[in-house]
Order: sequence, then structure tokens, then C-alpha cells
Amino acid sequence: MENIARIAAIVLVFGASIVIVAARWVNAGGKVEIHATMPEKGGWLPDNITTQVNEPLNLRLISDDVVHGFAIGQSDLEPVDIHPGKPKDITLTFDQPGSYTFYCTRWCGANHWRMRGTITVEGDTSTTVSDEATSPLYLDLSIDLDAPHDLPELNLERVPSTELGQKLGIDPPARYLSREYYLSHTPNQAWGDLRSESFSENLNDSQVWELVALVWSAATTNQLLNVGQELYNQNCAACHGAQGRGDGVFALDASDSPELDSMGNDAVQPPDFNDPRQMYGASPALLQGKIIRGGMGTGMPSWGQILSEDQSWALTNFLWTFSIQDHKE
Amino acid sequence: MTRKPLNSLPGFNFWIKSRWPQLIIRAVLLGGFIIAILAGFLGTPVGNRNISIVAVWIAWWAALILVAVPIFGRGWCAICPIPMPGEWLQNKAVLGPSVNRNSSKVSRRFPKRIRNIWLQNAAFSLLAVFSVVILTRPIVTAWVLLALILVAIGVSLFYERRVFCRYLCPVGGFIGIYSQQAPLELRVADPSICATHKEKSCYRGNEEGYGCPWDVYPGSLTANTNCGLCMECLRTCEYDNILINLRSSGDKLPAVRGGSLDSSYKAFIMLGSAIVYSAVMLGPWSGLKDAAYQIGSLTWWGYAVGLLVVIWAALPGLFYLVTRAAHKLSPSFHNPRQIFNTHASVLVPLSLTAWIAFSLSFVFANGSYLVPVLSDPFGWGWNLFGTSNAIWTPYLSQYVPVLQTIVLTGGLFWAARKSQQIAEARNAPRQSWPIIIFCTFITVSLLWLFVG
Repeated sequence: MENIARIAAIVLVFGASIVIVAARWVNAGGKVEIHATMPEKGGWLPDNITTQVNEPLNLRLISDDVVHGFAIGQSDLEPVDIHPGKPKDITLTFDQPGSYTFYCTRWCGANHWRMRGTITVEGDTSTTVSDEATSPLYLDLSIDLDAPHDLPELNLERVPSTELGQKLGIDPPARYLSREYYLSHTPNQAWGDLRSESFSENLNDSQVWELVALVWSAATTNQLLNVGQELYNQNCAACHGAQGRGDGVFALDASDSPELDSMGNDAVQPPDFNDPRQMYGASPALLQGKIIRGGMGTGMPSWGQILSEDQSWALTNFLWTFSIQDHKE
Repeated sequence: MTRKPLNSLPGFNFWIKSRWPQLIIRAVLLGGFIIAILAGFLGTPVGNRNISIVAVWIAWWAALILVAVPIFGRGWCAICPIPMPGEWLQNKAVLGPSVNRNSSKVSRRFPKRIRNIWLQNAAFSLLAVFSVVILTRPIVTAWVLLALILVAIGVSLFYERRVFCRYLCPVGGFIGIYSQQAPLELRVADPSICATHKEKSCYRGNEEGYGCPWDVYPGSLTANTNCGLCMECLRTCEYDNILINLRSSGDKLPAVRGGSLDSSYKAFIMLGSAIVYSAVMLGPWSGLKDAAYQIGSLTWWGYAVGLLVVIWAALPGLFYLVTRAAHKLSPSFHNPRQIFNTHASVLVPLSLTAWIAFSLSFVFANGSYLVPVLSDPFGWGWNLFGTSNAIWTPYLSQYVPVLQTIVLTGGLFWAARKSQQIAEARNAPRQSWPIIIFCTFITVSLLWLFVG
């Protein structure tokens, strides 16, 4: 009887545990587990994965703390939410070799934007993603992204308005409406150019600013601005604030000293996009450059591996809605 | 007090005396215990998705404090799996009893000076200062569970009987004092039979069972506190002189049988920790909650010291002043320590109902976490029973404040009645007044925290 009891006890005590651990071992086959935790606790683990071109990559995404999101930069993959303790299985197949950035799409913590990782896709290297990338405009224009571009002495009575510009009844010459002009000039330069034109002789300075607003609005569409707004809300508002005032929930507190973020990295408080003095000395090329490269030492992350070129321009266009009235209908 | 023996029920003695049902239940629970430890170490660190947290601190705790303790007293101890491996090793048998009819191969007794519940009080206090983290982080829960089982094994190999349960288990201490109020008891039918029975097989054991693992002589049992309801004495009694009774009221008051300081302190620890936990987890002070979480930080040290001061010094000190006032109001021949220890027993029902009310606040709110966890116990993405996507749903949330009010008010009346009985037994009826005022103050404070 004692022997039967011993066997029964062993089965009852250890049976379920053995079955669970064995099932786990069997079930784990072929899946790469990626654990997500807030960056302060480690971010993505692992954050570097290698796969082969055109081979399915089975991922099991596991959040170990709060809700995270998973997306691949510059891809059409819809972001996937990862809820704590509820693993999410996805399968990715890459048809081009290269280096792909995956990142968190949920505001998971103050250093949310640091949650990035890399999927290296190996295979035929005749064409790679990086090979297809074009040179950023700010490099072609030799713009120094880190040089100060604010205009503390800017003489501006009111924020320019596209609607008021339209009421002037003046159509700016075609060269001002070209994409090349818009991308490579600052609003302040455009004001100087328009001020020197003969058609603006009878306009006061504020009215010339309305023309600048008109030129800037002509360079975009509401559809693009909507795309830009969505990108801004998803990726930028956490630090820059929903209204672009630099007061997002994760922005460095201006009272912090020294200016370090919660992980001890250099950081500065984000600029106020509503302030023309901080915006009108920057060209769209400069803003797009800052977006894709990131602001070295400011805490601004690089978005070049995440946003496509079109997305980065849509986002750039949207930024002007904060400092130009009626920029978006 | 009226008693109704359950032994006369058909089949009762057969199932209680058989060793198999208890072995199977405890083995299954030990299996669950091991799963909880594995889940803590290997499963998701997200507490509400890990069975170690949900099964232990929601399901088990609810079953223990809302059902097992109030109704069955030490009923949980009868099936607790923690001492089981140690007992197996100690007895060298799983089913037992072993061929050698001695109760255990190990004969070393626990040191006399610590044969009390001071160590249990200390163990509970130690867990209390880490409790917020233990309750929420699976890996910490796993370490605690593992530590409990290892200590139980270690002690069983060194000392005879269930020393861990009697003197060390942080849970066993409060189950013991609350079991005094339970409507279930184990007593002898005729003490004279025990008095004339020379073998004392209930204490020494025989071929039918082990000598009392709780180191209790059933013949002299007058309170539930130290009886673990293990049923060994029912098996070993040659005269079927052991009864399991349903009774109309709790154990006799310590006013008659005398109280001890370690038991009094257990009441203060339980009442104090219920108050502090309620303040931390239900109160409006987020700073307090943060301090309890941030183990090792300066604020946590402040919280830990504050908690220990409340349960070990402030509450007993305040109660001592209250008992002094009671003595002045209605002097009796007892010394201050006797008055303190005796009246402290009224805190037993008060703290039990405080714990029940506190548990109601999170058991109904968080009970639904059990549904997805059953399908995915480790948080590995399984869906064994198709319930892993069940969403969190608080149950009976509109009734919980009503239930808490009823429970706390009932506890106050219960404590007040006990206080009156103690005072009347001493011919000092006004002694109960300050005690009742004290209990009312505690109850009103808890009602404010729970109901707002």
C-alpha cells in the first residue's frame, strides 16, 4: 500500500508540472520570443534578430510590464499591440535583404522612443534597403542641423494666416510655389524675398507674412497634413505635446538640472512649434533633417529608419500648422 | 454552548480515518504549489497573468480568509501541502504510519523557550513589510513559497512533529487565533477515558496513525488554537473518543483560561497590518503606496519602520492605555499584564472581520483574473480552456461596501460582546467601556477607508 501511495504521490505532485514544462518545450519550437519591457528595464529583448530573405520569421511578442506596440519601420505592417501577459504571435517575411528597425508604437514610458531593435535580413545582397535610400536633402543643401536657427529679433505683430493671405488677392510668382523653393527656404528668407518684390511695395510687413503663409500652404495638401498629424500624434506628441508647445508628458521638465533624462542621457526641453521665432529660421529641409537624423544631444530620436521619406515630409508639413494660422483647413 | 458531533454522520468516520483522501488532496495541492513556484520563476512577470499571484493571493487567500478560517478554523492546516515533503522525509513514509509505531524517527524537541508564537509573529511581520511586492511580483511570491517549503523540510528533519506549523508558519499563527472563533472543533467525548488510558496513543501514535503532529494532547484540549485538525488522533484513538463537533459559539474566553502575550501580540499584528494594508492599498495616499513598492529606498524604510512601529508598539501601547483606563474605571484584582492579555482577545473577532472586509475589497474586484489564468497559467500565450482572452470584470462592486459595512459592524458587536463577557466574568462590568470605545474607533476608521 505504501508503494502505491508513493507512486500516486509522485504522479499527483509532479505530473502537472512536468506536463506544463514539456508542453512549453514542444510549443516553443520555431518561434523567436521578443520580450518587451520599458526601456528603463531593458526595452526589447532580444533587440537584434537575424533572418533570411523570403523565409517566414515567426515572432512571439511578449510584454512583461505595460502595453507596448510593435511595428517595422518603413513598412506597411500594421502596428501590433502587445498586452502584458498576453503573448502575440506574428509572422513576417522579408523580400529584400537589409537592416530593418522595429520599434514600440505605444507611449510606454518616458523613454518609450528608445525601444528599438533591428532585424537583419540576410540573403542576396545585390539590392538592399539601404542601397535604395536616397541622400537626405539637408545634406545636399549642406545644412548644419545643429547650428542655431531661432530668430530672437523677429519682428512679427501676429501669427501669419493663410486665409488673410488669400484675401490679399495676390498670386505669388511660380518660383515661390515650386517644391524646390519651399523645401530649401526658411519662412524668414521667403519673407525677405517677397518683401523685395515689386508687387509687395504697397503691402505692410504683416501682409508680406500672410503671403509667406500662402506660399507654405500651397506646398501641401490637407490629405498630407492628415497623414502628418497622425504620425505626429503617434510619435512626437509624447514629448512635443499635442499642441506642439514642447510640453508633452514625457518632455524633460524645464526645472530638471542638470539636463538629463531619466536614463541619464543629455536632453533639452523640446521647442515650442507655436513660436515663430523658433520656427521661421528653419527650412523644411532642416526640419526633415532633424526628424530623420535626430537631434544629437537633445534627446530627439532619429526617425530616419522608421519613417519613409514621404512620411517624413508629411510630418514636416504638419509642423507648420502650429505657427501658421489656417495652414490646415 | 451546544455541540453536535459530526462523527455520527454516515461514512464520516470512515472517510476521516482513511489516510487516502487526505493524501490525495494534499498531493494535488502540493502539485499546485509547485506549479505556482514554477510559474513565478518561469512565467510572465505580469502578476495578474501569472497563476502564482492569482491562485495564491486571490483564489487561495479568498478561500482561506472568507471561508476556511471563519467556518473550518484550522481546516486549511489539515490539507496544507507545505509541511508535506518534510513529513514524508521525517516519517520515511508517504501514506504511513511507518512500521515503527513511534510518531517520528526524529525525536529532538523544539527548544522550550521558543515554544510559542513569537517566531510566527516575527515571520508574519517580516512578510508584512515586503507584502506589497510579494502580492504583485510572481518571482517574489515564488521565492517566498520556495523558502516556506524548504524551511518546513529543514525543520522537519531536525525537530520532531510539525514544528514548522506550530511555531514558525507565518500563516498558521493567525489561523490559530482565528480558529478559536470557528464553529468547528475537535474534542474528546469523555475526558475520563483519556485520563485512564495509559498508552496515550493519540499523543504517541500506534499502528493506525502518528502521535499528534501538533504536539497536543487531545485529552486536555480546550481551545482550537493549536489543533491542526490533521485527524491523526481519530485514527489512533482506540475508544473512538475523539469527536468533530459543530458548536454554537467559539472557544472559552481567556478571562477564564488565561491569555498569553505572544497571542495578544498576534491579535495586534493582525489588526495593525489590516489597518496599514487598507491604508496603503485602498487609501488615497499614493505616496504611501509608492513607498511600500520601492523596496530598499529611503521611503520604503520609512514605510517598513512605520508599519512595524504601528503593529508592535503604537497599537499595543494605545491598547495598554485603554486597558489601564478600564482598570481605573472598574478595578479588579488582576495585574495590568493580565488585563492587557485578556482584553486583547476581543481584538481577535475585530481583526478577523477587518481582514474579511479588506479581502472583500480585492477578491471580488480581481477574482475574474482567475478565468484567463486557468487557460494560460504561466502567461505563455496558451489557451487551454478557451478563456485566455476573458477580460477583467469586477464582480458585485456595488455590494462590496455594503458587505464590508455589515462585516465590520458585526465584528464590532462581536468584539463588544466578548469584552462585556470578560468584564462580567471579573465582576467589573465597566471595564468593557473603554475597550468598546477603542474597538468602535478602529471600526469607524476602517469603514472610512473601505466605504469612504
